[in-house]
Amino acid sequence: MTGYILKRLVSAIPVLLGISVIVFLIMAMIPGDPATAILGSYATPENVEKLNRDLGLDQGLVPRYFIWLGNMMQGDFGRSFALNRPVIDEVLDRFGATLILAGTSFVLCSILGIAAGVVSAARQYGFADKAITFVVLLGISIPSFFLGMMMILLFAVRLKWFPVSGMWPIYGDRNFWVLLDHLAMPAIALSVVATGVIARLARSAMLEVLRQDFIRTARAKGVRESRVIWRHALRAAMVSIIPILGIQAGFVLSGAVYIEMVFQWPGVGRMLVDAILKRDILLVQGGVVFIAACYVMFNIMVDVAQALLDPRIKT
Amino acid sequence: MMAFLKLLARNRLALAGLIVIWIVVFLALITPLLPLADPDVTDTPNRFKAPFSEGAVLGTDHLGRDLLSRLMWGTRLSLAMGVAAAIIAATLGSAIGIIAGYFGGRTDNIIMRGVDMLMAFPYILLALAIVAALGPGLMNALFAVAAVNVPFFARNIRGITVGVAHKEFVDAVRLAGMRDSEIILREVLPNVLPVIVIGMSTTVGWMILETAGLSFLGLGSQPPQADLGSMLGEARSALITNPHTSIVPGAMILIIVMGINLLGDGVRDALDPRLKSGALSRPMPATEVDRRETTRAQTDSLLDIAGLQTEFRVRNRVYKAVGGVDLHVEKGECLGIIGESGSGKSVTALSVMGLVASPPGVITGGAVHFDGDDIIGAKYEVLRSLRGRRVAYIFQDPLATLHPLYKIGDQLIEAIQTHETISKSAARSRAIDLLKSVRIPNAENRIDSYPHEMSGGMRQRVGIAMALANDPDVIIADEPTTALDVTVQAQILSVLNDLRRERGLAILFITHDFGVVGQLCDRVAVMYAGKIVEEGPTDAVLRNPQHPYTSRLIDCVPTLGGGQRKLAAIPGLPPVVDRLPDGCAFADRCDKVQMECRSGAIDLAATAPARKTRCLFPENTQEASA
Repeated sequence: MTGYILKRLVSAIPVLLGISVIVFLIMAMIPGDPATAILGSYATPENVEKLNRDLGLDQGLVPRYFIWLGNMMQGDFGRSFALNRPVIDEVLDRFGATLILAGTSFVLCSILGIAAGVVSAARQYGFADKAITFVVLLGISIPSFFLGMMMILLFAVRLKWFPVSGMWPIYGDRNFWVLLDHLAMPAIALSVVATGVIARLARSAMLEVLRQDFIRTARAKGVRESRVIWRHALRAAMVSIIPILGIQAGFVLSGAVYIEMVFQWPGVGRMLVDAILKRDILLVQGGVVFIAACYVMFNIMVDVAQALLDPRIKT
Repeated sequence: MMAFLKLLARNRLALAGLIVIWIVVFLALITPLLPLADPDVTDTPNRFKAPFSEGAVLGTDHLGRDLLSRLMWGTRLSLAMGVAAAIIAATLGSAIGIIAGYFGGRTDNIIMRGVDMLMAFPYILLALAIVAALGPGLMNALFAVAAVNVPFFARNIRGITVGVAHKEFVDAVRLAGMRDSEIILREVLPNVLPVIVIGMSTTVGWMILETAGLSFLGLGSQPPQADLGSMLGEARSALITNPHTSIVPGAMILIIVMGINLLGDGVRDALDPRLKSGALSRPMPATEVDRRETTRAQTDSLLDIAGLQTEFRVRNRVYKAVGGVDLHVEKGECLGIIGESGSGKSVTALSVMGLVASPPGVITGGAVHFDGDDIIGAKYEVLRSLRGRRVAYIFQDPLATLHPLYKIGDQLIEAIQTHETISKSAARSRAIDLLKSVRIPNAENRIDSYPHEMSGGMRQRVGIAMALANDPDVIIADEPTTALDVTVQAQILSVLNDLRRERGLAILFITHDFGVVGQLCDRVAVMYAGKIVEEGPTDAVLRNPQHPYTSRLIDCVPTLGGGQRKLAAIPGLPPVVDRLPDGCAFADRCDKVQMECRSGAIDLAATAPARKTRCLFPENTQEASA
């Protein structure tokens, strides 16, 4: 297994390089003089010239890429001009908040989605199946940002169950329960679409598995139906559900951008949007590369989980 | 195409989705013609007017602009952006996919590597990076959303193209000297176009949502022009005081996306042939029973099947797989059921413990008495406690019938623990003993193997060991040796035979192989088209078959050293069991058929002591009675 993990890690290197190339090329599309774009139109000519030198903008595309890559390898993602601090510091500060939000949502949508899919398949065409199918359709059709706004109206403004927005209260303690109170609504709003998608795919994966011969074998052994469904069938269905979870993690991370805007959550998504509006190019560039790299690592974890679950995969 | 539309129309939800989309698109198209207020004229004194107030049906927004008018123009813009993004993404992506798939080799490799890289991003990061580089704005957001979806099309279309590019007709035109560009345009493109169109129709809803999302973030359409997303984004600051300004555009996005999803689901169902056949329905824990009357046991044997009828109901057709079967098995006896594929022998066997997949299977008549009680229609819990404990099954293909992800030891232990409260370690040592009893060498180590790590013969031994786990009274073996080669088959048979003698097991052995029947079974029943056509002691039936079908079946068996004899295949096919002929089902293939054979039911009549035949003109009756 260790060998397999190492192999997957090594295979991630070209992907990470590819990601850096793509981000670099996109940023090279910036029309006009990048240094002016980065520093804004009020920059002094000296500053522009200095930045041009620092970024190697006076050189060709290829050397520029390697300068940038070399800097990143040393942890230097450049400096945010709007915030006047190193990009990596800002990204790391914000990343924790996103991780809490997206991580909670991911756990929520995985558990709820799989459970709903299994129940739906086991009760195919029954009341539970129809009810779940309908709720799922509604869930995958509602834009998460609109859902978030409606939740604020209902649960924060009308019912006053949860705070309207933010991660921490302006005054007062910062403990786990306070965080949970603030986290509940954004985490649920963010997980709804992914829950629906996972539920649908889990349902069809379960239906596929329940028709297999080994399910009949389990029943012929006299195994309880609940065990047939939740152990025999689900275990086999997980083989096709796990990759879906990996893909959905990317969607949860993407959706976090909207949810962070709606709920004023201090995460990287909101940071990126603010940075784009302020034309803080280096912050965008660094943030995108950093999160994409994290996502690649997460997918390696998904692959490892898959290998642990399915002994037929050659490790 | 018409059939497809009909199928779609039958799906009411899909139809509703289609109607909703038609209405929205129609309204968006005629928006410039409607007598609406100018969407961009501000009127601050009349800001935040509530819906249904005079002069503004849906109220006004934070600058006093008419919400209805803005909603209509915004919908128009959102739809246009979504469709445009879909077209751009489909065109670029398909072009890339076709080039990669058509040329293959190095080109394919490099392109697909790039596509994989793009797919390694959470999609929004890529879109944000593009918008960051190009700057916020309607066209840039549109381009970003399209670019993010290019890999999806590239990958799908490449797959289809690879399939098409190696078809004979493409090879033919290539040999005829057609240029690559011409082949792509004239031969490949028409073949992949339907897939492109389907891909576009399934992603357009998604694109509408994404462009609206970027606008919501303030990165898409810029004021005063507004699509649904930026309307929602602008309304966000007044969410708490004037929620209607948020609800109006948000509800519209919901309606559009829901309509597209409903339609998309309907299209998917209509295109997926598996759903049509009903094959995607899962079997219930026990076969459905729909009996009009029960039948009394005919003997007091351990297992007595009387008048069993099982059918498959697929749509409005009824396949009578088992049409009234009577069988009985004594303790310590082995009864063989023999017949061609589709004769109903497996369904008979599975009906005993309610294991026929249902839907579509239904037991419609007869009874199965086990140890004196009728178990057809028994409560599920009763059935479950009998399964594996007193009546155990061995199935045909052990690779498919063992759970692929559990160790065989765990599957054996589960079989034991299902019916007995016993510690895991005790169950484990019992499992090792079971593996030894089916002559698996090195059982202590083998118990931790997964099914895929074993040979076919070894797996089948595991299947037998699992059936023996609770020392059952009856074993129903459904073609257990069919998938195995001859030497392994002989070993398995001898294992079963020894167990029968040692434990006094009753075995119901289903096979299509007379050789196997001869080795193992005391009695044999021959099945044809869901009915028993002949039954009797194995030796007598094999030596003097009375039903013409039995004798023809025996003639089909090649014998070693019998090279001179001509193998006689039976002409024709068994009848389809949803249209059984009146009279004898074998009549069409029988060379001794008479007029009488084709009318009225024919009974399974006793022709000699312990022998029965369902034939008006049985063969070999003299020899049998002599």
